[in-house]
Amino acid sequence: MRIGVTVFPGSNCDRDALHAVERAGATPVELWHAEAELKAVDAVVVPGGFSYGDYLRPGAIARFAKVMGPLEEFAKGGGPVLGVCNGFQVLLEAHLLPGALLRNTGMRFVSRRVRTRIEKTDTPWTALYGEGETITLPVAHNEGNYYADEGTIRELEEEGRVVLRYLENPNGSANDIAGICNEARNVVGLMPHPERVSDPALGSEEGLRVFRSVLAAAGAKV
Amino acid sequence: MKNALKVRVLVRPKRGILDPQGEAVKRALPALGFSGVGAVHIGRLIELEVESADEVEGMCRRLLANPTTEEYEWEVVS
Repeated sequence: MRIGVTVFPGSNCDRDALHAVERAGATPVELWHAEAELKAVDAVVVPGGFSYGDYLRPGAIARFAKVMGPLEEFAKGGGPVLGVCNGFQVLLEAHLLPGALLRNTGMRFVSRRVRTRIEKTDTPWTALYGEGETITLPVAHNEGNYYADEGTIRELEEEGRVVLRYLENPNGSANDIAGICNEARNVVGLMPHPERVSDPALGSEEGLRVFRSVLAAAGAKV
Repeated sequence: MKNALKVRVLVRPKRGILDPQGEAVKRALPALGFSGVGAVHIGRLIELEVESADEVEGMCRRLLANPTTEEYEWEVVS
């Protein structure tokens, strides 16, 4: 299985994501922002960082990069797409997921590990976790405060589209939301960084199953 | 650019949306001795030079503001 990782100017978790993909047992493929080309990948990770220096709004400029055209088509066709941190912000700006990420309520950049709960395992990116399982993941962001209008939040909750929830809310996020998925459940956005805890050298492998899940989900379909 | 129009776009958080920057500044002002500040809201001012104002609305909608969280207004200033 080939898993692509987009690289924008200012991405800084792309190497970590490629490494996590490799450790999960898939072939990592770099997807350069200026090429409208997905290189026949079977899944895409939009990694964290500060694409385009977070100018205007995080993700607002990256959302119009050339690679985003085929990526949007891929997502709409049911292809598994994961956005992490800035990648989540990009997917929101691209309207592949609803809502927005606002400035943390504490007005500080938050960089630490937080306990989270896997709420849903029926997405290609969480299939190998247990529902209700608690995992500790690093967060590192300034704009992680998930916001959507009341109707959208209700819809997300009723449709079981809150995939990951904070057990200790670091940023003021509505309903402690740390990650959501789209209606078709193939597009997932997570604020915490599973790729940073996908190697024992980093002190934990609790995030690796995110990347293994997408392999398992693809395997099940074949 | 010949005959450029100057356009001023004002983008700000929608009413009711938490504005932590505004809150932080509101708390900082009294600390400096400025009293009587009831509210502070922080937005973004964007100045454009354009050939025509026809596309400004589209620019605001598609890129300059995020309609989920922000509202915008714009005017031709010269």
